[in-house]
Amino acid sequence: MSQAELTREVARRVFASEFNDSTYTFKESDDERAPNYALLPTGDRANRVFAVGTLTETEDVGEDSEYWRGRVVDPTGTFFVYAGQYQPEAASVLRDTEPPAYVSVVGKPRTYETEDGTVNVSVRPETISIVDEATRDRWVVETAERTLDRIEEFEAWQDEQEAPESGSTAPTNEYAQMARERYDSPVENYRRDVIQALESLENVEDAEATA
Amino acid sequence: MSDVRQHADDIHDQFSDHIDVSVDDVEDRLTTLVDEYKVPIDEARRSVTNHYLEEAGLDREDLAGGSSEAAKIEDVDEPEQWIDITAKVIELWEPRSDSVAQVGLLGDPTGTIKFTKWAKSELPTLDEGGVYELRNVVTDEYEGRYSVKLNSTTVVEELDEELEVGDDTSVIEGALVDMQSGSGLIKRCPKEDCTRVLQNGRCNEHGEVEGEFDLRIKAVVDDGLDAHEVIFDKDATENLTGISLEEAKDMAMDALDTTVVADEIRDLVVGTYYRIEGPTFGRYVLADDVEELDGPADAEQLLIKARSM
Repeated sequence: MSQAELTREVARRVFASEFNDSTYTFKESDDERAPNYALLPTGDRANRVFAVGTLTETEDVGEDSEYWRGRVVDPTGTFFVYAGQYQPEAASVLRDTEPPAYVSVVGKPRTYETEDGTVNVSVRPETISIVDEATRDRWVVETAERTLDRIEEFEAWQDEQEAPESGSTAPTNEYAQMARERYDSPVENYRRDVIQALESLENVEDAEATA
Repeated sequence: MSDVRQHADDIHDQFSDHIDVSVDDVEDRLTTLVDEYKVPIDEARRSVTNHYLEEAGLDREDLAGGSSEAAKIEDVDEPEQWIDITAKVIELWEPRSDSVAQVGLLGDPTGTIKFTKWAKSELPTLDEGGVYELRNVVTDEYEGRYSVKLNSTTVVEELDEELEVGDDTSVIEGALVDMQSGSGLIKRCPKEDCTRVLQNGRCNEHGEVEGEFDLRIKAVVDDGLDAHEVIFDKDATENLTGISLEEAKDMAMDALDTTVVADEIRDLVVGTYYRIEGPTFGRYVLADDVEELDGPADAEQLLIKARSM
């Protein structure tokens, strides 16, 4: 990319369970304006995410000024979405929406370390919109597909690491490498989450029998 | 003939006028890089070419005649590549500078691209509608848009044939994740041939003017792998939102504020999945054909795959 600085960061598709495990963040350069990335455990970087789920609760947790927290639930877990005075449009959606409702969220991953050393991952929303069930279901399928693609690439890379003599077609996978160094949880967990998410969709109830 | 042999032959052809070298010698050098050092063939070719350039005391440009490759317009994705193209002159534009002899749009079956012909290169004049073989043009890039430049080493040959021109159509399926500023009810400069969008009632070219209302959406449609910038013109915006230009004007009039239109549109479109088809202009895709993806997505194949991994 000759114009990396002008290129808009893509919005990754990631289920809540994997997103909440993405506790390690990094930059690709020393430039203070360089974008921040969360490292996905299946081996990719995310500067932005697109998530769709059920808004189940909203609460103003601010002290001096409004600071809204929303819980957005997908088949694998909960995204925590925080919007304050610098995200006025997203904050007003959280203020005005009566849960439960299907919402889509475009936003940036943020991490916060609690006093006991746990790292919490949340979404700082750019936009929150009310959507319908069809959009939610489409997102689940799309996110399952993207997640499986990442797992496939991770495993191809891993096989190559374990059997380097089998040929020189090694797929380089910088973020898989980074994920293995930073995280303990095996990618197999996320494959199970994908299955669970897909099974939760009503229109695949019968697939169980035929698969 | 093997791949390496073919490349060796090409390189040999480029240098045979300049230095005394055999094809075998070139092939040996390539083979060493490719087989022993695992260098990709393109890189090996580049490296070997550089070696002979140095030996012959030449610059890359001196070789341009031999090293340019026949290319299709849609394949142009890098600046400073020397290529040969066969294309039709779709349009000629008015040059804005004396240093430019001709400027316009070329097309081939795969797409269209801007060209510039410098005055100082003294090339024959291209006619609108004519089909030409242009050997040794160099690619260029500006803000993500590619063009080709004809230069003094370019060979122009008019062909007596028709060429169908393709329109570089893109198809995108993804979620509309952002609506950018400059969307909604906007005003354009009314001067002839100037359609610039006014900023605070001013046109960059013509200053303060009485603008004409228009409706458009500049959006980002993202499939989780790439983010595409998409422009919906007035018709596409009206179809997508069900808000006509007249209704948008009324909404703005009632609110004494044009931004209500953008707010309303944003609520309707952001977070929705679309399939968009249309021609590409630089980094933008023009939304000609838009379909909301609201049918059920196929989860079963994916579930079978996930279980078998």
